[in-house]
Amino acid sequence: MINVEKLHKSFGDTEVLHDINTSIERGEVVTIIGPSGSGKSTFLRCLNLLEQPTSGRVFVNDEDITNPNVNILNIRQQIGMVFQHFHLFPHMNVLENLTYAPMTVKGESKAEAKRKAEQLLAKVGLSEKLEAFPNSLSGGQKQRVAIARALAMEPNLMLFDEPTSALDPEMVKEVLDVIKDLAHSGMTMAVVTHEMGFAKEVADRIIFMDEGRIVEESDPKPFFEKPNTERAQSFLEKVL
Amino acid sequence: MNLDFSQIVPYIPFMLEGVWVTLQFVIIAIIFGFILGSLISLVKISRFTLLKWLADFYTSIFRGTPLILQLLLIYYAVPQLTGYDISPFLSAILTFGLNSSAYVSEIIRAGIQAVDKGQREAAEALGIPYRPMMIKIILPQAMKNILPALMNEFITLTKESALVSVISYLDLMRRAQVVSSDIYRSFEPLIFVGLLYYAMVMVLTLIGKYVERRMRASD
Repeated sequence: MINVEKLHKSFGDTEVLHDINTSIERGEVVTIIGPSGSGKSTFLRCLNLLEQPTSGRVFVNDEDITNPNVNILNIRQQIGMVFQHFHLFPHMNVLENLTYAPMTVKGESKAEAKRKAEQLLAKVGLSEKLEAFPNSLSGGQKQRVAIARALAMEPNLMLFDEPTSALDPEMVKEVLDVIKDLAHSGMTMAVVTHEMGFAKEVADRIIFMDEGRIVEESDPKPFFEKPNTERAQSFLEKVL
Repeated sequence: MNLDFSQIVPYIPFMLEGVWVTLQFVIIAIIFGFILGSLISLVKISRFTLLKWLADFYTSIFRGTPLILQLLLIYYAVPQLTGYDISPFLSAILTFGLNSSAYVSEIIRAGIQAVDKGQREAAEALGIPYRPMMIKIILPQAMKNILPALMNEFITLTKESALVSVISYLDLMRRAQVVSSDIYRSFEPLIFVGLLYYAMVMVLTLIGKYVERRMRASD
């Protein structure tokens, strides 16, 4: 579903991604972990071109999205993204947040978009917040709405950029539960996270990054029991 | 103390008329400046490097030179260079409109760029095209930053409009000078038009406060 070849990204003189090669299969849940500043988020953002790679290629469903002739808006419709800081549209209520893009981008009727929004809100446990504005929601509720907003576009792939890092500790679980449900439903996902328990539990594969490189890539079980590289060992010692 | 407000009484209708004369060109200049300023701000947030540079240059010229100089240049230079005998009214609209557009373009640009970058990314990630993103997502949020600053600009323009008295346009300020040379008294007519300016600015301030309250209500 996703193929990344020789991906490099620099901001000015600083190289933040160095020769990234990997792929994500359909239905696979990949979690990307590593210390702060290791390039995890930048890598994720290259997958829907929120960051433009400096060189290398990214294929989504065999289409090279780094090709300037590609209609990136079409590609992005198939890729949902959830941000650390939610980024709900504050001047729209929850229903409008969920229906605006499907109506504007995919031309769905209002009734259709609303019906779907109601289903999605039920799925994330927020049916009663349909008319609420983002400012009146807690962090965990905002993030669940943000997940529903991304799902409203019916994407094939979901990207999560540290979805629980900005939350109060007691709200982390409600968001992780929603993401787990989604993983179990067969959604293809790439999750950048610091939640090791979550990574261990839901990931099909772990990508461990440091200093802009993929240092280790393996199944979660061996990775958490005995990582191959020293860098991953010392990282896990600090966070577990 | 030598004060006699009764002497200006016969001139009150003449001075009151100045309120309307001033308002006339101020309103037109505000509208002209707002439309032009909005267009320039669009250039400033665009990707066209050359146009952006021109827009920045335009802004720096109008913000970097005295308003009275701009007014006199347009009033005297246009006839001398083109042979077109420009009226004080037209010079005033042109000067204040062009000048205001420079400030308005900065206000709108700053207001748009102050909107959280994440809003734009969220819209892009959903595949929303540029135009609906700007109109439905970015601008409504930018308005909160823009409107209060815009009201300030309109208030400034209303007060600075008194400068047109130097090109003998019979605005409110000029009328005070005419009256004082008629009755050989400056203090009374100046105080009188001062109150009128103050009243106009107060009305604008109240409108501004009302708009700001409405904006905050949607939070």
